[in-house]
Amino acid sequence: MNKPSEKKGFFATLEENPSADTFLRGLWKDNPVFVQVLGMCPVLAVTNTAENALAMGLATAFVMLMSNVLVSSLRRFIPKQVRIASYILIIATFVTITDYAIMAISVELHKSLGAFISLIVVNCLILSRAEAFASKNTIGRSVLDALGMGVGFTFALLCLGVVREVLGNGSIFGLALFPDTFQEWIVMILPAGGFFTLAIWLLLFNIINQKRAAT
Amino acid sequence: MSETLNIPKGATGNSRKMLTAMVGIGLMCALLIVLTYEGTKPIIADNKAEALEQAIFKVLPGTATTAAYTWNGETFVPTEEQTDGGQRVYAGFSESGSLTGFALPAVGQGYAGNIRVLYGYDPEQEAVVGFYVLESKETPGLGDKIEKDPAFLANFEELSVPLNAAGDALKQEIRYVKSGEKQNPWEVDGITGATISSQAVSDALSESTAEWVPKLHQAKNQFQPQTQSDE
Repeated sequence: MNKPSEKKGFFATLEENPSADTFLRGLWKDNPVFVQVLGMCPVLAVTNTAENALAMGLATAFVMLMSNVLVSSLRRFIPKQVRIASYILIIATFVTITDYAIMAISVELHKSLGAFISLIVVNCLILSRAEAFASKNTIGRSVLDALGMGVGFTFALLCLGVVREVLGNGSIFGLALFPDTFQEWIVMILPAGGFFTLAIWLLLFNIINQKRAAT
Repeated sequence: MSETLNIPKGATGNSRKMLTAMVGIGLMCALLIVLTYEGTKPIIADNKAEALEQAIFKVLPGTATTAAYTWNGETFVPTEEQTDGGQRVYAGFSESGSLTGFALPAVGQGYAGNIRVLYGYDPEQEAVVGFYVLESKETPGLGDKIEKDPAFLANFEELSVPLNAAGDALKQEIRYVKSGEKQNPWEVDGITGATISSQAVSDALSESTAEWVPKLHQAKNQFQPQTQSDE
């Protein structure tokens, strides 16, 4: 996985530069949501509005960045047998810190995010980055990896959030888009709508990827 | 992840190392959390106090100044400090110094933890005149409609809580009804898709008003603005 030079295909040119590859991998080729299909709980549960999706994506990216840095810098110190427990401890710490920080920034923001924040602890994406990447790579590469994955995750969440909010609520980032006659698709902001939207995005993503692979 | 089971046979020799690592990381994490907690505590307290102040003005229309009171078992006494014990009551006064009503916090058990709300009670109208959610962990998009749904919030613009003839209890407690079935001024119209959350709010208000409205009504003349002007 960490030997980009052996890979061949469309992204070959980018892969010649390891740093750019580490970053871009999370954006598209290994997109956490559309390719790895990881962290489905927040993807399905909190993307009912674009604003929630964006906030959740950024908070997750921050936790992932900080935990990747710490896991990477402690990778020689943590014994193999207790590494998962250590990672969880580190992730939970940064989630708690994020929680306090958001509360200090704005009570209103914390109110609208409330329940999401503590759920970041159980996002398997963050644990998978700590286990699969940060524990085997230098701090610099881990930062790039976390940034790429974080941006990719935020992007994917926004893709779902925008579609669901437009169809389910007739608005985008809280601004009404349609005249009052628009009949909202209530199902889109319910959990079922999350599955529908995710399926359509996965379909699109796979079609695009297949076409690219064919050329 | 399959490597997880790859524990070497002589693992006992590593216990000290594992213990050191876990304790070390635990201590470091604890330190980080404590530092963040201590660092953000005053800011958070300020933010919350400000949010509460804003909320009082929202639930009591026409309020210019507020004063905090706590119930000491027999009567309401003015308080300044943020104490935890006892029910707090915030009296609101208009610019001319007349009582605009009381703001009371109430707590209900929602779908995901406690819902803390603040509501305004106007003794003149004998009604709940305002409502604001201070803290909730309700599901975004569903349960959090209790904060946003205009039809639901309209319930609390004038929710009747009349006293009985003796003045020591409510004639009619606040009652929860399904969405669209509201017929009486003391009923709360629920939200479809957020039944548990909206019922929790209704129950919290029902319980709190039943206990405090009679007491407030009896004591309403003892509340004076901290400046002079007496009516």
